[in-house]
Amino acid sequence: MYSFEFEKPSTIADAVTALEGEEAQALGGGQTLIPTLKQRLAAPSSLVSLNGIAEMKGVCVEDDGSLAIGGATTHATVAREAAGNYPALAALAGQIGDPAVRNRGTIGGSLANNDPAACYPAGALGSGATIITNARQISADDFFEGMFTTALDEGEIITSVRFPVPQAASYQKFLQPASRFALVGVYLARFADGVRVAVTGASEDGVFRWSEAEEALNKEFRGDALMGLRINPANMIGDLHGSKEYRAHLVGVMTKRAVEACV
Amino acid sequence: MPKDSGIGASSKRREDVRFLTGAGNYTDDINARGQAYVHFLRSDIAHGRIKNVDTSAAEGMPGVVRIFTGKDFEGVGGIPCGWEVTDRHGAPMQEPAHPILAQGKVRHVGDPIAAVVADSLEQARDAAEAIDLDIEELPAVLDMKAAAQDGATLVHDDLKNNICYDWHLGEADNDKVDEVFANAAHVTTLDLVNNRLVANPMEPRVAVAEYNRGTEEYTLYTTSQNPHVIRLLMCAFVLGLPEHKVRVVAPDVGGGFGTKIFHYAEEAFCTFAAKACNRPIKWTASRSEAFMSDAQGRDHVSTIELALDADNNFVGLRTNTYANLGAYLSTFSSSVPTWLHGTLMAGNYKTPVIQVNVKAMFTNTVPVDAYRGAGRPEATFQIERVIDKAARELGVDPIALRRQNFITEFPYDTPVALTYDTGNYHGTMDKLEAAADLAGFAARRAESEAKGKLRGLGVNCYIEACGIAPSNIVGMLGARAGLYDAATVRVNATGSISVMVGAHSHGQGHETAFPQVVADMIGIDESMVEIVHGDTSKIPFGMGTYGSRSLAVCGSAMVKATEKVIEKAKRIAAHLLEASEADIELKDGQFSIAGTDKSVAWGDVTLTAYVPHNYPLEVEPGLEETAFYDPANFTFPAGAYACEVEVDPETGKVSIEKFTAADDFGNIVNPMIVDGQVHGGIGQGIGQALLENCAYDENGQLLSASYMDYAMPRADDVPFYAVDHSSQTPCTHNPLGVKGCGEAGAIGSPPAVVNAVLDALNSGGKAVDHIDMPVSPSRVWTAMNG
Repeated sequence: MYSFEFEKPSTIADAVTALEGEEAQALGGGQTLIPTLKQRLAAPSSLVSLNGIAEMKGVCVEDDGSLAIGGATTHATVAREAAGNYPALAALAGQIGDPAVRNRGTIGGSLANNDPAACYPAGALGSGATIITNARQISADDFFEGMFTTALDEGEIITSVRFPVPQAASYQKFLQPASRFALVGVYLARFADGVRVAVTGASEDGVFRWSEAEEALNKEFRGDALMGLRINPANMIGDLHGSKEYRAHLVGVMTKRAVEACV
Repeated sequence: MPKDSGIGASSKRREDVRFLTGAGNYTDDINARGQAYVHFLRSDIAHGRIKNVDTSAAEGMPGVVRIFTGKDFEGVGGIPCGWEVTDRHGAPMQEPAHPILAQGKVRHVGDPIAAVVADSLEQARDAAEAIDLDIEELPAVLDMKAAAQDGATLVHDDLKNNICYDWHLGEADNDKVDEVFANAAHVTTLDLVNNRLVANPMEPRVAVAEYNRGTEEYTLYTTSQNPHVIRLLMCAFVLGLPEHKVRVVAPDVGGGFGTKIFHYAEEAFCTFAAKACNRPIKWTASRSEAFMSDAQGRDHVSTIELALDADNNFVGLRTNTYANLGAYLSTFSSSVPTWLHGTLMAGNYKTPVIQVNVKAMFTNTVPVDAYRGAGRPEATFQIERVIDKAARELGVDPIALRRQNFITEFPYDTPVALTYDTGNYHGTMDKLEAAADLAGFAARRAESEAKGKLRGLGVNCYIEACGIAPSNIVGMLGARAGLYDAATVRVNATGSISVMVGAHSHGQGHETAFPQVVADMIGIDESMVEIVHGDTSKIPFGMGTYGSRSLAVCGSAMVKATEKVIEKAKRIAAHLLEASEADIELKDGQFSIAGTDKSVAWGDVTLTAYVPHNYPLEVEPGLEETAFYDPANFTFPAGAYACEVEVDPETGKVSIEKFTAADDFGNIVNPMIVDGQVHGGIGQGIGQALLENCAYDENGQLLSASYMDYAMPRADDVPFYAVDHSSQTPCTHNPLGVKGCGEAGAIGSPPAVVNAVLDALNSGGKAVDHIDMPVSPSRVWTAMNG
């Protein structure tokens, strides 16, 4: 790890100011950033911890019934506090990493990093969530721009994420055996106005919506509706843990299981 | 009725109190006053010619003490290989130099190029980044069969090719073997890979070295399974130091699994640099360094053929194996594919004609050496996989086929150089069939099928040669060391006992089990006996712990030394009791005159030995004895394992539902510790079978270089195990009748898992002959849909 300055502001405004510094880097739970620093793969001049900002923590229900989760809220907190209002999302949070990871890692950190195999991007995109920053509101459909890339500007902070609560939802995660990230994860949410299917782990472009499946399920919400639908393996990730074809196949299996879990 | 103390009792592991409460003392816990830190700059390419290593910019950086490169070690010895294998033509193996820091070329990702010593580790890392490397990248040699071809790129330019040796064991006459196969009623052939593994002990390697300018003595603290072996190799072959000036300490060690047997460049470097810098030097491997510098395991590519007659008797077995040694010869690497692998190719079966052919290859990968089982898992996997395939092809019951071909008479001379002293393979299989409830399998399969899962049963046998090893035999086979062990039993004045042993405990529970033996022999409480291990300044010259040898070899030395102590104590007791020595009996810590109620307690005798006022003049004072023990033969633990899996046909995911082990370890000192050893071994075997895969890309980059990509088995990957050790044929040639249990689980379990997966797929109508390990979901799905 290279030397860096460390700041821990207590307000969003102070954090935004601190992040204006040259080569300043926001620190959420550090579950990706700290290992990266230890490997000397990044050299920020200062780390700005977002963990001291009370207004960025916690889970609450908005007037319209949606769930607002502070950007610095840990996975363990979401797993616990969202369980009543949005059990599928709570279950997703409860499957991330191990207890140590869940007690450090934050939803804002995960979404901002947009790891192509992370769970939260699927949850946010599948739910049609709104990512709220210090500057604006971004719909999940506009937020994820490809592997490790988002719509966030330099120094922009995810202060909270607002999740509309669907009628039913399920996250089906097939584990990569080593990292236990998603080899393929499918988040399916059924709203009054339609079904959303978001896939993580599978694509070289990061999390994506499987629109053909959504269309088929909007016509008929049962597993068999997916029969004959196939994901094109061309853009899938192929690596040590699974070929492109295998991942494409798993997208179908996990989507079917998500549907079956919702009916 | 289980015993509550002594031999046969499940005494609780006394060492666990300190391990579980954070009171252990590991090498990284040791800090010497004024120590400097070393960071090794390692190659990030697999193969390249070193044009220049420019350290000038780095030399003056803050905190830098000194920077070493390969040039500093010209004239210093390299890492030696401890076993010279003779090839099929009678020539010695090709033995390339293995320098402390790379000279001329880098030969694998992780090969150390320079070592930066600095006041802090961060300063050392900063300076290492300022070293300017000019290295011409060369094509990486990776595929073993391609590497064996004429004209292949050479890993070592001074060798004639990349073949360390082309070795043979068993039937030498190729025509005769061909004839056996030509005349066979059935031949089963299988191409398979024994996947490369990274040992991954929880504690990475660490070394702390000190040099005392006043006494000219060195102390090296290091993560080793065998401190005396390290001292001997480092002093005699690398640094040219007198052994009496060097103390090697291996304190608490957090797992070894073989990879901490070997003498490594980093520990020799720290010892060398401690004098050169006149500072204590500390090195702690990061996990990333462990992945690219700890000797790795397995990595064999084999074609195995089994010939059967019309009655399904095995009539011939032949293997052609390529064994990957990596870029350099690690300490015992040459012995693994040969004497620890070829000699086990008879398995538990009376196959009359066996031919083993092994080409050991240099490649641009991390060196490969012994990993839990070392050669024996590779042999077992081939034998038990090809038998399973033969049973399927012939449509016969795989257990019946094995039983039909079991060796049943002992001693048995195999066609591959071993003499099995004892065993009872039918008896052990009987225990397995009962313990695994094989009769209930059909019902369990039906239950799985009702859930949409395919269920498979895999059964296999194994045998291993343990208690390594008779020095005269291994000497003939090329070992450059004796493989005896030693123990000193020091009885203190008040009767407590310190036993200094050559074996090293790094998870095996010696601190509990060894005292059980001594206490049992004397009839005193186990708490009165303590073992001392891991410090060359305290222990006799023993060879350490590997090859399931500790109790069978070092334990035997301990028994011999204890017998000498008892014999002397009886002479003292006879004097005190005014009786003839021949009439003295020792029971429950009391010396008594046979047939009388006259007795004297152990503690009174020991006190008399050290306060010899009323004492036999012809007997020396004191009560301390040493014994060395060289075994007459290997020991031959054997067993039968059964694994039941469920396969999810949609995803290819394998779940182990039931795993049963029936082992014959001979006599058992502590059944609980033996259970734990078997559990751990099976866990590692399941890891190899389902999860672990050390993979390089076509450029020699390690793809699985961290836990993000290298899948270790976790608690939820393995089932609760059923283990049965009631089949016991005691070893015939050591005093305890013990055989060793440390490696069995890792040897016996991989074929059981793979056999079970294939049984599941075939039961589901998928005619799949083989899937290479790890049998990952992706590979299973591909095999089912290929």
